[in-house]
Amino acid sequence: MRSNSTGLWGPVRSEMNLESMTLTIMRPSREVGIVGYGAYVPRYRLPAREINRIWHGGEDDMPVSEKAVSGPDEDTVTMSIEAARNALARAGIAPQEIRAVWVGSESHPYAVKPTSAIVAEAIGVGPQTQGADWEFACKAGTEAMQAAIALVGSGMADYALTIGMDTAQGRPGDDLEYTAAAGGAAYILGPGERSIATIEASFSFVTDTPDFWRRPQQHYPRHGGRFTGEPAYFRHSMAAAEHLMQALGHTPADYDLAVFHQPNIRFPMRLAADLGFSREQIAPGLLVNEIGNTYAGSSMIGLSAVLDIARPGQRVLQVSFGSGAGSDAFSWIITERLEACRGLAPMTRDYISRRREIDYGLYVRYREKLHMH
Amino acid sequence: MRDISIIGIGQTPVGEHWKRSLRDLGTEAVLAALEDARVKRPDALYVGNMLSGQLSRQENLGALIADYAGLRGTEALKIEAACASGAAALRMAYVAVAGGVHDVVMACGVEKMTDTLSDETTTGLVSAADAIYEGEQGLSFVALNALLMQRYMYEFGYQREDFAGFAINAHRNAVNNPCAMFRKLISQEAFARTRMIAEPVSLLDSSGIADGAAAVVLASTEFAQAHGLLSVRIAASAVATDSVALHDRDDPLVLQAARDSAQRAYAQAGLGPDDIDFFELHDAFTIMAALSLEAAGFASQGEGVRLALEDQISLQGRIPICTMGGLKARGHPVGATGLYQVVEATQQLRGQAGANQLQGCRVGMTQNIGGSGAVAVTHILERVE
Repeated sequence: MRSNSTGLWGPVRSEMNLESMTLTIMRPSREVGIVGYGAYVPRYRLPAREINRIWHGGEDDMPVSEKAVSGPDEDTVTMSIEAARNALARAGIAPQEIRAVWVGSESHPYAVKPTSAIVAEAIGVGPQTQGADWEFACKAGTEAMQAAIALVGSGMADYALTIGMDTAQGRPGDDLEYTAAAGGAAYILGPGERSIATIEASFSFVTDTPDFWRRPQQHYPRHGGRFTGEPAYFRHSMAAAEHLMQALGHTPADYDLAVFHQPNIRFPMRLAADLGFSREQIAPGLLVNEIGNTYAGSSMIGLSAVLDIARPGQRVLQVSFGSGAGSDAFSWIITERLEACRGLAPMTRDYISRRREIDYGLYVRYREKLHMH
Repeated sequence: MRDISIIGIGQTPVGEHWKRSLRDLGTEAVLAALEDARVKRPDALYVGNMLSGQLSRQENLGALIADYAGLRGTEALKIEAACASGAAALRMAYVAVAGGVHDVVMACGVEKMTDTLSDETTTGLVSAADAIYEGEQGLSFVALNALLMQRYMYEFGYQREDFAGFAINAHRNAVNNPCAMFRKLISQEAFARTRMIAEPVSLLDSSGIADGAAAVVLASTEFAQAHGLLSVRIAASAVATDSVALHDRDDPLVLQAARDSAQRAYAQAGLGPDDIDFFELHDAFTIMAALSLEAAGFASQGEGVRLALEDQISLQGRIPICTMGGLKARGHPVGATGLYQVVEATQQLRGQAGANQLQGCRVGMTQNIGGSGAVAVTHILERVE
């Protein structure tokens, strides 16, 4: 838009049209893939009807059935360690071979003192390793995955561990309390020839979009209500997915399965429909109704559920979304190696079915929402 | 007093314009209306708006919109009458030209409501009510209308489902309005099932928060004729007020300001309700539609809802309302709404209403209400052959 000294405007809708710029997808310099993967979900479940009962007189529309809640002795560190151990078991490599441990989360226990370093040492990685905590809302883990693909793909390292994990806190009474949940997954990236799923290509789409944010002094995030939809989740997810597929010459029909970021049930289902994916393609990876939105773990644990049932030769699209905002899109191809290692660690569904229902009071206690004066 | 005609109209689509500002939307409507009127520069611009100060931290809207629309230097003022600001701006434009002060005047209504979180927007809207005796006591705007609807149902023996026809009609008409915000049909079942906001007012009883801008250019009928722009004249323009607080009304179920301004308008035009071919009324809530029909003399007290039950309000009915979607389905960017009503009425009278065209319509009435009935601005527009 331009405005000169006489106040005359050019076409008022003109602006940099990002979606029509020439955009290029990314491929590593050598074959890279997922060598091991593992999920983690805490056992506690808070039914949405409990939140409805306490806050909304039982009259509200509920975006999910229930959500996973971390217990009083759990945090992003402990959960990441278990998921990482599952990934190691499937990878069948010695931890010392891992040269990076990168944890993406919105709930790192420390603002300064990396989750990654604690996890690395706990699972026997290091001291010769990279370590850092990543933040980009719900796409922190997948951003780390992009970097891990690059680290391995460049030949700088053979194995890199990336984790997306959260113990998300919902503001009591807010809509997002229904879905802010705990859980995530860990991925060890390594050489293509050792992989259970290889990366075809990846792509990310990032803009400055203030849909959801938290200042350091604040315990709970704030969000822009309806602004979190079209301008945020849908715009970025669509752009990343469409560009990746287009550049690869693929359509949704070329994919057997797809996993999207799942903040609730409606958004990923509408995204799937808008992109042209069927309910059947997204069903195996759609966990949000049972465990809630695991934030940085969301699309990553969706992918682990997909890997639990996928077959060699199948193609999987994974698209994350992080508020602030951006999407990472990955095109994976399942290899013959998956079936042999799948049973070496608990499946995602094992964690989902391991369930102990709690009420709102216990949830308040476990999540330390009660301040004793 | 000169006879006044509408020589140009312009409007933006109504919606959640995340990427567009007040000045951007206002400019688009102004430029569109100027182009339609084939006018380069009006003598004055009156900008109708309610919430720019509270939600966009922007006052001085007259000067701002004038400047950004390329009219720097022109007389320009912001006109405010809560949700009736749009029609109020038209009223001032009318007064200026009719009184001979100016020859060509534009009225533009513009509102941005979707960039703030709903709490802040809702708080802003309460300023249309009595801040001390209603707002500070915890009454939201929806709550005020819920009180009205509840009392109306009690007094006249209706169920909430009886109001569905107002929403159904509005949505049905919006399907064919490219500028409307909600262009999908709704059913009686959907209305029955929808969730409450403040009982008995449901989601489908309430107009939506939205952004938009609409503008109208006025000139004397003589000017219009001389420039080949003669199509719609203003047969009446009338404003009346009532108490702001609902509890101070003589009868809360009578929109006295709407009744008075309609009566004054009928008198000015030498017409009555039977002469009106369609009524762009202020359906901010379905109860307001019922009460507006009664206040304007289309139904006796308590019978407004019956017009919806009998489908008399449809395009084929005895008194079509919300012909392009109304506040409910076209949307209600509060300070702009009054001008959307006039733009749509002009489209009908010019024969430009597309699939919603009322065949052979000659006289349309528009009524824009501020608050729960504190102020009402009524215009009667007439096609000129």
